[in-house]
Amino acid sequence: MSTQSIKAGRSGLARRENRLGIGLVMPAVVVVGALVVFPLIWNVALSLQPARLLNIRNVSVFGFTPTLRNYRVVTQDLDFWPVLWTTFVYTIFGTILSIGIGLWAALTLQKTFKGRGMVRGLTLFPYVVPVIAAAFVWKMMLNPTFGIINEWIAAGGGQRIDFLGTKSQEVHLLGLTFSIPLALITVILFEAWRYFPFAFLFILAALQSLPKDVEEAAIVDGATLSQRFWYVTLPQLGPVLSVLFLLRFIWTFNKFDDVFLLTGGGAGTRVITVKIIDWLLGRADVGAAAALGMILAGILLILMAVYFKWFYQEEAA
Amino acid sequence: MTRARFEERLFGTLKVLSIGFFVVVSLFPLVYMVGLSFKPIQELLRDPTNIVPSWEQIRSLETYRAVLRPQSEGGQGFLLFIRNSTIVATSTVLLTLGFGILAAYAVARLNFFGKRSVSLGIILIYLFPAVVVSIPLFVMFSRIGLRSSLLGLIVVYLASTLPVTLYMLRGYFQSIPKELEEAGMVDGLSRAGVIWKITLPLAAPAVAATALYVFMIAWNEFLYALLFVLENRQLWTLSLGLQQLDTQEVPKTMLMAGSVIITIPVIVLFFAAERFLTEGLTAGGVKG
Repeated sequence: MSTQSIKAGRSGLARRENRLGIGLVMPAVVVVGALVVFPLIWNVALSLQPARLLNIRNVSVFGFTPTLRNYRVVTQDLDFWPVLWTTFVYTIFGTILSIGIGLWAALTLQKTFKGRGMVRGLTLFPYVVPVIAAAFVWKMMLNPTFGIINEWIAAGGGQRIDFLGTKSQEVHLLGLTFSIPLALITVILFEAWRYFPFAFLFILAALQSLPKDVEEAAIVDGATLSQRFWYVTLPQLGPVLSVLFLLRFIWTFNKFDDVFLLTGGGAGTRVITVKIIDWLLGRADVGAAAALGMILAGILLILMAVYFKWFYQEEAA
Repeated sequence: MTRARFEERLFGTLKVLSIGFFVVVSLFPLVYMVGLSFKPIQELLRDPTNIVPSWEQIRSLETYRAVLRPQSEGGQGFLLFIRNSTIVATSTVLLTLGFGILAAYAVARLNFFGKRSVSLGIILIYLFPAVVVSIPLFVMFSRIGLRSSLLGLIVVYLASTLPVTLYMLRGYFQSIPKELEEAGMVDGLSRAGVIWKITLPLAAPAVAATALYVFMIAWNEFLYALLFVLENRQLWTLSLGLQQLDTQEVPKTMLMAGSVIITIPVIVLFFAAERFLTEGLTAGGVKG
């Protein structure tokens, strides 16, 4: 066979592979394109035209005169800046706490002890339980009239607390009086409780793949436990912790169910996603909801860009 | 005592306390939920600290019966919600796996035009907020009449679980040695034969893990259900039904019974496949 016909045969194979590949991917691409990508593009259009729930059937896909009315309405809303602020507080503390507790759990459950497998399994409960069930149990436990937490507080001589319904609570400590955003803190604690198992799984996997000899060398050198953790283990966990931070930050920022189910966005816990659904269903203003959605996506894109720039420079350095 | 000895003892004690803490924090809410789910609401109000139900209450299953009974017989009609959730979740799993396996195989194994964009697209969509997608979908479905139908819900779940399915399966397909497939080809199998007889059996654990994970997403999902089937009670899924019944009229212990009902399948599935799942979750970096 001449070299030319071998080449032709190869390119024929490559062509067939190309066709087969495209054929296999196509159904999935069409589904995702029609139900995710196209809607996202349409969302831009929706945010630029007056669109109410009532005249939803007349909303145009592309033929309309763009207006920034929705963006004005959304940003001039009295709630706008408080909602953004709440979203950031919720996201940052929720992320840090869930990762911190996950790290603590991974360190605790890393070394062998009797019943370790079972305890590891149990710690995944908060993460796998359906969010609606988890939110209900928390609401029950924290209920001011019959919740068990409040029963315990009352039994200890304290005052009953409406954890999920109190916007700010006066606290007296060391002769100082200050107020804390109680409902928001409770929602953040829920977030930390629900997602620490996720961080735990990742960190545990990373811990188990660390080389043993570095730690052993540190022991020989007489480093104590805390020194070994701080100077040997923690630096090696850097990559997994930063990936976790990115993922958890994005997902907490986008989270809707948890806050909506716990408080409905009341008592100073309204985050941006709850506000979007509020515009959509509560005020029947599709255009405003779409505009706030664009703002959410925009903030997320900026944060991701900053993160990747910073992260990749770290990597390169 | 040296610092090293002191720390050994300190952290040794802390470790025992920590294990206790994690067990209580993870388990107690579930114990509380199950305990209260058997009680009549009057008894909870009379003695809120007693969470252990009596043997009679457990045997009579009164709260569970009340939750499951159809609305026409004075119950909450949860059997219907269970049916809806089961239909939606299983259909989503089957469809997603069908589309996902083919696409993941192509991305993992074949060279084709646009392969890189598909891979990148998966990640981007995976990180994108569902709330933003839900607004235009809401409008779209209202216009083409897919709102207020289980089919519409299934289609949305299919689209939103496909990226993660692709992501999880692709990683696994790549880890299967190419030589095994090439050997199959040499023995005269077609490409379809190779996927069916060699790749899929080898990837069975990953496929199972993905199926379970997709099932859990669809079973637990709340936002899309709220947007798409709220208007018709006959179409409510378990998540939506539970949330909608959180009113003054419905006794709270019944809601606990409902919560147990929605939780049981998830916990059972999870522990049936814990090993696959935890490996799959950490390999795929799964959303939650």
